[in-house]
Amino acid sequence: MKKFIAVLLVCLLSVSVFGCGGGSGKGDDDAAVIKIGGIGPLTGDYATYGVSVKNGAQIAVDEINEAGGVNGFKFELLFEDDQADPEKAVNAYAKLIDDGMNVSLGCVTSGACVAVTEEIKKDGLLMLTPSGSQLECTQYDNCFRVCFQDPDQGKYSADFIKEKAVGTKVAIIYDKSNPYSVGIYDSFIAEAEAVGLEVVTAQAFTDQSNTDFSVQLQAVKGSGADLLFLPIYAQEAAYILTQADAIDLDVIFFGVDGMDGILEKIGEDNIALTEGVMLLTPFAADSQDEKVVNFVTKYKAAYNMTPDQFAADGYDAIYIIKAAIEQAGITEIGDGFNEALVAAMVQITVDGVTGSMQWTADGEPAKNATAVVIKDGVYVAFE
Amino acid sequence: MDFLSTLISGLSLGSIYALIALGYTMVYGIAKMLNFAHGDIIMVAAFTVYVFATVLKLPAAATIPLAVLFCMLLGVTIERIAYKPLRKAPPLSVLITAIGVSYFLQNLALLIFGSNQKSFPKIINIPALKLGQLTIKGESIATLSVSIVIMLALTLFISRSKMGKAMRAVSEDKEAAELMGINVNQTISVTFAIGSALAVAAGVFYGATYNFIGPYTGSMPGIKAFVAAVFGGIGSIPGAMLGGILLGVIENLSKAYISTELSDAIVFAVLIIILYVKPTGLLGRKTNEKV
Repeated sequence: MKKFIAVLLVCLLSVSVFGCGGGSGKGDDDAAVIKIGGIGPLTGDYATYGVSVKNGAQIAVDEINEAGGVNGFKFELLFEDDQADPEKAVNAYAKLIDDGMNVSLGCVTSGACVAVTEEIKKDGLLMLTPSGSQLECTQYDNCFRVCFQDPDQGKYSADFIKEKAVGTKVAIIYDKSNPYSVGIYDSFIAEAEAVGLEVVTAQAFTDQSNTDFSVQLQAVKGSGADLLFLPIYAQEAAYILTQADAIDLDVIFFGVDGMDGILEKIGEDNIALTEGVMLLTPFAADSQDEKVVNFVTKYKAAYNMTPDQFAADGYDAIYIIKAAIEQAGITEIGDGFNEALVAAMVQITVDGVTGSMQWTADGEPAKNATAVVIKDGVYVAFE
Repeated sequence: MDFLSTLISGLSLGSIYALIALGYTMVYGIAKMLNFAHGDIIMVAAFTVYVFATVLKLPAAATIPLAVLFCMLLGVTIERIAYKPLRKAPPLSVLITAIGVSYFLQNLALLIFGSNQKSFPKIINIPALKLGQLTIKGESIATLSVSIVIMLALTLFISRSKMGKAMRAVSEDKEAAELMGINVNQTISVTFAIGSALAVAAGVFYGATYNFIGPYTGSMPGIKAFVAAVFGGIGSIPGAMLGGILLGVIENLSKAYISTELSDAIVFAVLIIILYVKPTGLLGRKTNEKV
């Protein structure tokens, strides 16, 4: 028996050795490949985010390779699962480095992304997170992002509501125990004051009391608000929508990226309650823009579903990396590759499916925010 | 107007607390132990209903009796496995075990159903009552009436039935009850079975009122209901009812008129004051320890 196990182990060992040998041989042959490494939840509760980013990025990689690549390079997408867990993300990052990653997409979720920035800082790679919205995701010079940073969403929301006259009297319900929600709330209030948008009431809750919103909703009803701003996550928004329906609250519900996923959270029975709900996002899948139509068609054909914000961010991230490589005029991977890419990031302008973007040295994108409105369970661009 | 609607939503919240508190107080009154897993049995009950109604697509009339049966079995099993071996152990050990059971149930649900909240099937359809500007949710009326009916039925059961007599005897003195020919283990099992059946009622009304359930659904309402039971005088069935209703109303009034973030702190402050003035709770009886 012992002998058998020993033989088995030897067999396994030799297989793994040969496996490794094969892998590195292939790497040597294909010197003209730029490996882009992504990390995100592909399994677990947040899997939809990671899967969307991966799918979106893969479409862009395939498109670029079909069109002949960039400066003689082909792209290859490597993607590791982190289940949105910072510790797993750091391990996944180490694996990607071992696999020869040249450019990093950071992580899909904020917490994991912040953990990985520490490693990125040491290694000096260009990191471009598609969807890590927390402020610290871009805390180092070589870190950039495609999406808006958290607090900015409050400012953009206030501007949008004022400009398009979506509402005139705004009520807010936010989560005082969540830095994401408080950050957006603060920037919304500051901008509302600056542009002269009237905030009639602001109601708070905490993660200890996030199921019963009857009192807050009653206060909103009593305040005469015509718009309810919800800088919170989709689950709490689902509670609010069902409870607002019970007291016949007649307002426009306006959320930010945390609201993405409301259709799934609220369940089929209550889907009618999302009719007319708006959320701030730079991407609307039904847009007639040529690029968006192309992306949505390909995405639907490949994965049989409509791309969401995360998929669009993943798609754009790849084209941004392409633009940076072209701008820097890189033709080989060698010394100075990382520095040249990072330097190019602040010089480029990319017209992607999430709008036209430019970057500051802080790593923040400047782009226009638009909003979508839910009609019959589908996101439609707000006119 | 605002005051009235706050009061009504407080009553609706309070009646859910009351329904949970009835289960707490029942088990405490008889078995003299704090079953901290009661809140999680409510969560399990809600998920059982969810599985029967959504996954197996059974009609509502079959769902609830099946869930009651399942949870009674679960309650009795938990009692047999976790609490019975500790019958002679100090109360603290039993309390810690109950907390362990609570975490076990939460994590089991997390493993099976994931952390995403599930939309609870609409098995109770009662139209809302509209009085001018005022809307009273159908579920709130149902919760309140069911809590009152259960409270009355439990009080009658314990004071009139033979089993109820046995329960009271066990609660007074286990050894003496045994000497009188009462099967103590069986009596405690029945208590747990009834407590778990009450949890199904609480789980169904919680789900119907809030529409979503998750693995941690039972924990906060469970703690609040425990507070309600202590508030009303733990062990007293009308006390649990009164405590639950008062807790819900105080919570909502303090949310509306003082601060939405501080409401929990205010609720607990009121509890401390009540216990300071009346250590046995509002309707609690003072028992003399025989030494």
